[in-house]
Amino acid sequence: MRFQLSGDQRALRDGVREVLARRFGPRELRAAADRPPALDRALWRALGDAGFFALRLPESEGGVGLGLPEAVLAFEEAGRVLLPGPLIATHLAAGRVPGAATGEAVVTAVDGGRVEWLTEADVVEGGGGRGVAGSGAVALRSVDPLTPLHRLPAAPAVSAGPEAVPDPVAVLLTAAEQLGGATRACELAVQHARTREQFGQPIGGFQAVKHLCAELLVRVEVARAAVYGAAVTADPADIATARLLADEAAVRGARDCLQVYGGMGFTWEAEVHLVLKRAWCAPDVPGAARRVRSCWRASCCPERVAGASACTDGRRPGGVSMIVASTDHTA
Amino acid sequence: MDLADSAEEAGFRARLREWLGKALPTLPPRPSPADWPGRRAYDLGWQRMLYDAGYGHVHWDAPPGVRLVFLEETEKAGAPYVGANFVGLLHAGPTVAAEGTQAQRARWLPPILRGEEVWCQGFSEPGAGSDLAALRTRAWRDGDHYVVTGSKIWTSHAEVADWCELLVRTDPEAPRHHGITWLALPMDTPGITVRPLRTLAGSTEFAEVFLDEVRVPADHRVGEENDGWRVTMVTLSFERGTAFAGEVVACRRVLGELAQEARHNGRWDDPALRRRLGRLNAEFRALWRLAQWNVSAAEASGGVPGLAGSVFKLRYAQARQDLYDTAADVLGDAALDLDRPWVLDRLTSLSYTIAAGTSQIQRNIVGERILGLPKGR
Repeated sequence: MRFQLSGDQRALRDGVREVLARRFGPRELRAAADRPPALDRALWRALGDAGFFALRLPESEGGVGLGLPEAVLAFEEAGRVLLPGPLIATHLAAGRVPGAATGEAVVTAVDGGRVEWLTEADVVEGGGGRGVAGSGAVALRSVDPLTPLHRLPAAPAVSAGPEAVPDPVAVLLTAAEQLGGATRACELAVQHARTREQFGQPIGGFQAVKHLCAELLVRVEVARAAVYGAAVTADPADIATARLLADEAAVRGARDCLQVYGGMGFTWEAEVHLVLKRAWCAPDVPGAARRVRSCWRASCCPERVAGASACTDGRRPGGVSMIVASTDHTA
Repeated sequence: MDLADSAEEAGFRARLREWLGKALPTLPPRPSPADWPGRRAYDLGWQRMLYDAGYGHVHWDAPPGVRLVFLEETEKAGAPYVGANFVGLLHAGPTVAAEGTQAQRARWLPPILRGEEVWCQGFSEPGAGSDLAALRTRAWRDGDHYVVTGSKIWTSHAEVADWCELLVRTDPEAPRHHGITWLALPMDTPGITVRPLRTLAGSTEFAEVFLDEVRVPADHRVGEENDGWRVTMVTLSFERGTAFAGEVVACRRVLGELAQEARHNGRWDDPALRRRLGRLNAEFRALWRLAQWNVSAAEASGGVPGLAGSVFKLRYAQARQDLYDTAADVLGDAALDLDRPWVLDRLTSLSYTIAAGTSQIQRNIVGERILGLPKGR
């Protein structure tokens, strides 16, 4: 067992981090939040050039030929800088939709009754027979200034067939983005607690604040282990676990960060609200409760014990489809 | 990133599994929790079996990854816990190994490994708990002896221990971290009074130890005089490192049993309960991954568990308490019956956010030493 980043993986993470810092730093983030949402096509193509979308595509098909762990590291970095856009949908479309792999096409996907970045996308996937593009999709005033949303009319009932269940890879990459957001929240909170002074000392010296920061880190580290572990095994219960804990780390982390920031946290100017709003926007499919149940069913139900032991070694072929099987017959 | 066993780990796992399959059926019946001499004999006997089979050293010199395999496999097989050997194997022993002289290592280490001697820990005092450096038990030098007077508290296994790793104040004038000395105290020395403390679970898991002019040979000192704080801290991370990793395996088993009980008694029909169980399942899965992550990090950095142990312990302590509170939810009224499974475990789980550094102290460690926040109150 060597459950640490390899040298190549560290280099890949650092490379992505460096590109993103150059192209989408805090200044660009604030500027983007202050104007109507528009996708930066040049940045999108730069991501394509860097192999962000073609990361898992085989080299024989013009891709980078890497795996889930590397994709998770890249999406964690994207989440950390709150990079806007339908990144996961485009990544998943690489090799299927012309132009997606290179960043020439922007692909979004229907998520239950909503779709993000609809007007900016070149291709909209999913949505069954609802004919999204020309239909009466209604623009929302999205809570997140960097995630424009449309609501779809006549969304089918929640208990739709297997088609309505998301790709487990999409679930895992969302978890990776949430992990990145949680990391950002922790970094912001700690930086502020070190420098902001009250009562003649940095507020991070007060245990009430210090302990909030410590819990932020604990949630990040637990989520990180879960997300990276799921990337290695691709086991459905591991993916459900990763998503659950990464969501918690991001949402609670951003809330705690906001609290550490005090009055500044309640302003538009400080970027904390953008971290929280992005965390809220993560696709809530197939729903938190069902995620927990799938996590449960895949491993602990007495009748599934055999299946669980078979998949914990991570080499069960087609294991990723198990989350589908385990969510379509809920109690 | 790789979660598969290395060749060394896989070979170790296979050999250990085979040995456990043969060895465990030969164990005597477990003694009752109140039978201290019986528990001592049982725990020492298990360590002796491990030693004879070549596993006695695992906690000391096996690579962290192999040690995690040991914890996982022994727990899955239902093998005994480290029990009365805890202090000897996981703190006093490693301290002697790291800081003792050749003669001290030769005197104290083999009996720990062979399951012949039990150690206890004389650190905390009534006035020195979380603030351990406030300890006041005094030791004066008298010829080739130290003379020790004071009292210690929360000393597990004091009633059946042969040795006590003792922290004493040898220089009350020095800054408080610099006036402390580490001594090995034979527990049969005149002047020692052990008074068992009854825990809220009703049992006597630990004791108060009163020391009245107890004479300890000066050559029982490990490290220099007044250097005992550093000597102790060298190996304290062992206690918070992977020591709890095996328990995560046990918690996952308990969770499966809870689900079965809930199906049996009808509580499973409550979606809120199912949700709680699912949440705990995710929690313990993630904690196991975190243990694997920390172990791999320790292996990469030379084998010593670091501050990450505080992160793990914070989360694990809370998860364990949640687990047994959920067990009470499954049991309903039966949760008030001490003869039902999990009820006693629920009581003992209350110590997890206190023992081996309270959660508040762990948050200070995480905040100050990992995140670099200023010290303060």
